[in-house]
Amino acid sequence: MLRTWMREGNHWVWFNAMAVAISLLAVMGLVSFIVFKGMGHFWPKDIHAYTVQDGQGGTVQLIGELHRRSDRVEGNIKEGVTQVPQLLVKVGNRDIFGADFKWVDEQAITQDVTPKDLIMVERYEWGNFYGRLRSVTLGDGMTVTGNQAWDAFQQLIARHTELHKQIVRIQKHDIGAVNAGVEQLRLDRRRLELDNKLTEQANAKLDEKRRQLDNEYQTLLAQMRQLEQTASALGKAQIEIMTGDVVSLPIDKIIESIMPNAMTMTEKLGHYFHRIWLFLSDEPREANTEGGIFPAIFGTVTMVFIMTVLVMPFGVIAAVYLREYAKDGWITRAVRISVNNLAGVPSIVYGVFGLGFFVYVLGHNIDQLFYQEALPAPTFGTPGLLWAALTLALLTLPVVIVSTEEGLARVPRTMREGSLALGATKIETLWNTVLPIASPAIMTGLILAIARAAGEVAPLMLVGVVKLAPSLPVDAIAPYIHLDRKIMHLGFHIHDVGFQSPNVEAAQPLVYATAFLLVLIIIALNITAITIRNRLRERFKSVDN
Amino acid sequence: MSSTVLQMQSARRERMRGYKDSIAKYAIGVGGLAVIGAVLLMMFFFFIQVAPLFSSATMDKVASYDRPGASKTLLLAVDEYKDTALRITEDANVVFFKAKTGELVESIKLPVPEGVSVTAYHVLDDADGQVALGLSNGQLLLAEYGFAVNYLDGVRQIKPHFSYPLGEEPLVMDAQGRALAQVSGRASGETMVLVGAAKNVPVVEFRAFELKKAMFSDEVSLEQTSASQLQLAFVPEWVKVDGMNDWLYAIDSTGDMQVFSIRDVEAPKDYARINTLPAEGKEKRKLTSVSFLLGGISLLLGEESGKLTQWFPTRDANNQYTFQAIRGFDEQSAAITDMAVEQRRKGFVLADASGHVGVYHATAHRVVGLDQVSPTAITNIAMTPRADGFLAEDQQGKMHLWNLENEHPEVSFEVLWQKVWYEGYEKPDYIWQSSSSASDFEPKYSLAPLAFGTLKAAFYAMLFAVPIAIMAAMFAGFFMAPKMRQAVKPTIELLEALPTVILGFLAGLWLAPYLEKHMPSFFLVLLIMPLMVFLFGYLWSRAPEMIRNRVPDGWQAALLIPVILFAVLLAHWLDDPVEQLLFAGDMPMWLTNVAGIDYDQRNALVVGIAMGLAIIPIIFSIAEDAIYNVPRHQVNGSLALGATPWQTMVGVVLPTASPALFSATMIGLGRAVGETMIVLMATGNTAVMDIDIFNGLRTLSANIAVEMPESEVGSTHYRVLFLAALVLFMFTFFFNTIAETVRQRMLKRYGAL
Repeated sequence: MLRTWMREGNHWVWFNAMAVAISLLAVMGLVSFIVFKGMGHFWPKDIHAYTVQDGQGGTVQLIGELHRRSDRVEGNIKEGVTQVPQLLVKVGNRDIFGADFKWVDEQAITQDVTPKDLIMVERYEWGNFYGRLRSVTLGDGMTVTGNQAWDAFQQLIARHTELHKQIVRIQKHDIGAVNAGVEQLRLDRRRLELDNKLTEQANAKLDEKRRQLDNEYQTLLAQMRQLEQTASALGKAQIEIMTGDVVSLPIDKIIESIMPNAMTMTEKLGHYFHRIWLFLSDEPREANTEGGIFPAIFGTVTMVFIMTVLVMPFGVIAAVYLREYAKDGWITRAVRISVNNLAGVPSIVYGVFGLGFFVYVLGHNIDQLFYQEALPAPTFGTPGLLWAALTLALLTLPVVIVSTEEGLARVPRTMREGSLALGATKIETLWNTVLPIASPAIMTGLILAIARAAGEVAPLMLVGVVKLAPSLPVDAIAPYIHLDRKIMHLGFHIHDVGFQSPNVEAAQPLVYATAFLLVLIIIALNITAITIRNRLRERFKSVDN
Repeated sequence: MSSTVLQMQSARRERMRGYKDSIAKYAIGVGGLAVIGAVLLMMFFFFIQVAPLFSSATMDKVASYDRPGASKTLLLAVDEYKDTALRITEDANVVFFKAKTGELVESIKLPVPEGVSVTAYHVLDDADGQVALGLSNGQLLLAEYGFAVNYLDGVRQIKPHFSYPLGEEPLVMDAQGRALAQVSGRASGETMVLVGAAKNVPVVEFRAFELKKAMFSDEVSLEQTSASQLQLAFVPEWVKVDGMNDWLYAIDSTGDMQVFSIRDVEAPKDYARINTLPAEGKEKRKLTSVSFLLGGISLLLGEESGKLTQWFPTRDANNQYTFQAIRGFDEQSAAITDMAVEQRRKGFVLADASGHVGVYHATAHRVVGLDQVSPTAITNIAMTPRADGFLAEDQQGKMHLWNLENEHPEVSFEVLWQKVWYEGYEKPDYIWQSSSSASDFEPKYSLAPLAFGTLKAAFYAMLFAVPIAIMAAMFAGFFMAPKMRQAVKPTIELLEALPTVILGFLAGLWLAPYLEKHMPSFFLVLLIMPLMVFLFGYLWSRAPEMIRNRVPDGWQAALLIPVILFAVLLAHWLDDPVEQLLFAGDMPMWLTNVAGIDYDQRNALVVGIAMGLAIIPIIFSIAEDAIYNVPRHQVNGSLALGATPWQTMVGVVLPTASPALFSATMIGLGRAVGETMIVLMATGNTAVMDIDIFNGLRTLSANIAVEMPESEVGSTHYRVLFLAALVLFMFTFFFNTIAETVRQRMLKRYGAL
C-alpha cells in the first residue's frame, strides 16, 4: 500500500506542500513576531517586588519590570551541564545601580508581588526610575505626604512639561534661527573677502547686523535661563528605592510618572496610545535608546519624497524613449538588458558610486564653484540628503523604467494608430492616449520604487544617513529645504540602535517598535501599489482586453 | 475675412503642434539618452577609479648638476618638498644644497678633531633625521638633521638644521681607536642600542643605553647600561640592528649571515648562522648592498647580479625563529650599488652599476618602474620622505634629481588574489587587514577572504532557500488550488518587500542567541518535519473518504500548517533532552571542546537562514510563474496517458520549466552575493577563510559598508574598496546576464508561454 503510494510520488507532492507551508509560516511568523514585539513595548507593564535570597541566608528586595526569561548554563562540559532558569529584571535607576538590568535565578525568589503603590518614573536622563513615592517637596519648601503626594507630583510634572515645551521652542527654534543668521553673516563676510569687495562700509554693515543678532541672542538666552530657573524651582520628589534608601528626584528631570499596578485596563490603554504617540512624535534621547523616532521618520519621508521627484520623470522619459522613440536595434536591446541587470546590482554598489561620484566628484566641484566661502568645511562635498536621494533614485531607476516599459508595451497598436490616423501628432498621442493607459504600470513601478527606497539601508550608510542628525532637513530657516544636511533614517536607526548602541538590552524593544513601523509603512505601500494597479486596470479594462 | 483669420490661426496652431512634437521628440531623446548615459557612466566610473591601482609609476628627470662640495658622499637625504638636500661627506662635512640646482646653502664642519674622517653612518630614524656616524678614530657621533618649513608671505621657506641633541661628545666604540667600518643602532622607547665594528676585525662592539629625560627641560642624555663584544665567524661587511631591537644581523659579501638575539640587551645571544647566497650552478654570487625595509623587520639583500632578496624572521609553533628568504626581484642586470626605502610604505628603489634605478614594492612583489638615470654607475641614492622623488649621485660626482609618481604600488594581482607572505606571519596567507594605527604597518589587501566569505554566505543561503523556494513553486504553480494560490502568492512575495535590515536585525539579535541556546532543535526540525509530513500524508490517503472530501484537492499546504507547527514545537520540546543526551548539555560548548569546531554566535548558519528567507520569494516568484505557464495541453496529454500528477510534474513540467528554474536560481544567487545588511548584522564580520558552518565570515559588501566611510578619498584603500564594489558589480552582472539570456531563449522556444 505504502509502496504504491510512494511509487505514484505522492510523498513528493506532500513535501512540496510542506515547502509552501514553511514559506507561509515564515512570512506570517516574521510579521506577527515583529508586531507582537514592537507593539508590546508600549504597554504599561506591572512593576514587581521580588524577595530574593542573597545566598548568605538573608533576602534582598528587587523592584522592577520583568524583562524576559532565559536559562543560565552551569557546570562544565566534562561533568555535565545544567540549565538554570533566570529572570532578567529591569530595575532601572541606572544612575544609582550602574546598570538597568539584573539577572535573578528563579529558584532564589521567595516572594513575587505587585503592590499598587509602586511607581515608574520616566526621566530625561539615566532611564527609568522605580520605587515608592514617599513625599513631594514643593518649590516654597512645603512638603506633601500621604495620599495628596501623588496628585501634587502629577501636577508638578504637568507644569514642568509646559515649561519644558517653551524652553525647547526657544532653544530649537528661536536660538536656532539666530545661530543660522550668525553663520550666514560669517559666510557673507567670507564671500565678500573672496571677491575682494569687503569694504569698510560693508564690514560695518555686517558688524551692525552681527550686533543685532547678538542682542537678540542675549534676550532669548535670558528668557530661557528664566524658564529653566522656574523649572528647577518647581520642587522635588522623595522616592524610596528597592534598597530602602530614599532618593530625591528634582521635578525638572522627570518626563512622566505612572503607577501601573494601580491602573485600570482603560487607563492602561489610554497610556498605551499616549506612549505610541510620544514614540512617533518625540526626539530620541540617551544615544537613541530612549524617546521617539520622529527625526528618523521625517528624514525617511523627506528623502523618499525627493527621490520620487527625481526618479519619476527620468524613469518615465527613459522608458518612453526606449519604447516609443529609439529604433529597435541591437543597441536598444543591449540597453534594455543592461537596465534589467541593473535592477539586480547590489545596492551597496550604488552606495559606493554615490559616495565616489556624487559626493566626492560632483559635491566637491559644487563646493568649489558656489560655496567657496564655507570651505574648508564642505557643504555638498560631504554625504547629505541630496546625495542620498539621488543615489536611491539611481537605484530605483531600473524598477521604474522596467515597469513603465511593460505598461507601454501593453498599449495595443490599434490605439496608437487610431490616434495618429485622426491627425494627432506623436506627442499628442503619447500624452493623451498612451501614457494614461500605461499609468497603472507607471504608478506600480513608482510605488515599488518607493517601497524599495524606504527599506534600503546599505547605500545610505555611505551617502548621507547618520545616527543622530542635529536638525531636521526641512525647517523654518531659509532656504527651508536643506539638501546638504545629513538625515536620520528608520532602517539605519534599526541597525544603529540594535548593533552600535551602548545599551542594546534596553534599546531592543525600541528597535522592534521601529522595525514594526517600517514594516507597516512598506506593507502599506505595497498594498497601495497593488490596489492602485487593480483599480486603474479596472478603469482601462476595455483597452486591456 | 474671418475665414482667412481662422485659416491663419489654424495654420499657426498646426505649426505650433509641429513644433511641440519635434521639441518633445528631442527632449525625450536627450532625456532618455541622458538616463542611459548615466547608467553607463556608472560602469565607467568604477573602472576609472580602479585603473590607477594597476598603472606603473612614472619617472621624470628634473635636474642634473655637479655635486656641490668635495669628498666622497656617505649619507644623502632630501627634504619633503624636494627643495633642499644634504650630504654628509667622508671628510666630516655636512653640506646642504638646493636639490633642484645644486646651489650650496650651507656647509658645516662636524665637531671632530682635525684629520678624523667619517667612515660609516647609519640612519637611526628617518622621520627625525637621527644619524649615527662612525669615525676613523673608533668613536661614534650622534647627530640630527632636519628641514624646518616656514611660510613667509605665502612662500615656502625651507631652513635646514644640523644639531646634536645628545651632545657633541662622541662615544668611544672601539677602545683601540681603530676606524669603524660599520655602525648601526636603534632607539625603541627608553632604550637605545648602538653597535660598531672596526675594520677587518670579526668583532661587533655592542652598547645599550637608557635615554634619560631631564626633569625640567627637553634635554635628553644617554646613560650606558651594558656593553659587550660579539664574536663573529667572519669579518662583517654589514652590521644591522632591526626595528624592534630584537635582532642584530652581521653579514659579509659572500652572503654569510650571523644573527644575534639582542632582546635581552644585557646578554646578546648568538642565535643563528645562515648562508643567504646558496650557490646557483657554477656562478658565484656576491652581496653588494644591504638595507632594512620600512619598519626594520625585512632585510633587503642586493647582489652583484642585480638580484634582490627580501628576508625576515618567522616564528614557528615552538616559538623558534627561522630566517627565511621571502621573495626575490630580478629586474636589474648590474650590481646593486645602493638602495633607499620609502618612509611610509613598504616600497624601495634600487640603484645599480649601470646607472639604472628601479622602483619596487615589497609586499606587492611588484616592479613599478625602471629607468636609466645616469650613464655611469650610481653610488648613492636617497628618497624623498613622501616617496615622490629621489636624488642619485653617480660615479663622476653628478647628482640627478628625479620626480616619481607612484600612487598605488601596494596592489598587484598577487596581493589581491594569491597567498602573500606578510612580515611577522608564519607562512603565506590570504589576509584582509586594511589599516592600523602603526605608521610602519604593512596593509594587507587580499580580497580572497572577502570573496570567499561572500560565496560562503551565498552558498549557505542557497542551500536553505533553493529547495524550499523551488519546491514551493512546484506546488503553488502546479498542484495548488487556484483560490489558495491567489492568497499564497502575494503573501510569500510580501517577504521580498521586507527590508533586509529587519531580517538582519532579527537574525543577529534574536536568531543567533536563540540558536546558540537551542542548537539541536534546528537539526531536530530538519529530521522531524519531513518525517511527520510523510506520515501525515500517508495517513491522510488512508483516511476515510468523508474526512478527505472535506478538504478539496490542492489544499494540502493548508493542512500541513498545524503539522509543521507541531513539528517545531516537538523539536523545541526535545531540544533539552537531546542536548543533555548527546552534547553534554550544551551543544556550542560541546562543539568547541569535544568536536574541536570553533563556534561563533553569529555564524554562517544564522546568515544562511536569514538570507535564505530574503531570497526565497525572489526564486519562488520567477519559478512559480514558469511552472504555472507550462502549456496546459502538455500537462493534459501526460495525465491522459495515465501518468500521476507527480510523474507529470517530473516528466513534463520540470523539463519544460527547467531553464526558468535555473534562471531563478541565478537571480537568487546574484541577490545573495550582493546582500549587505543581513551579513553585516548577522555575522561577526571576521575575515576568516573557513567553510565551517559554525564560523563567522566577512563579505565584500559588508566590508565596503564598514570601511568605505572611513577610507581617505583617492587612497589605495579607497580604490581597493572600489575594486571590491566592481567585483560585486561584475559578479552580479554576470549571473543576471546568464539568467536573462536563458530566460530569453526559453521565451523564444516556448513562445506561447
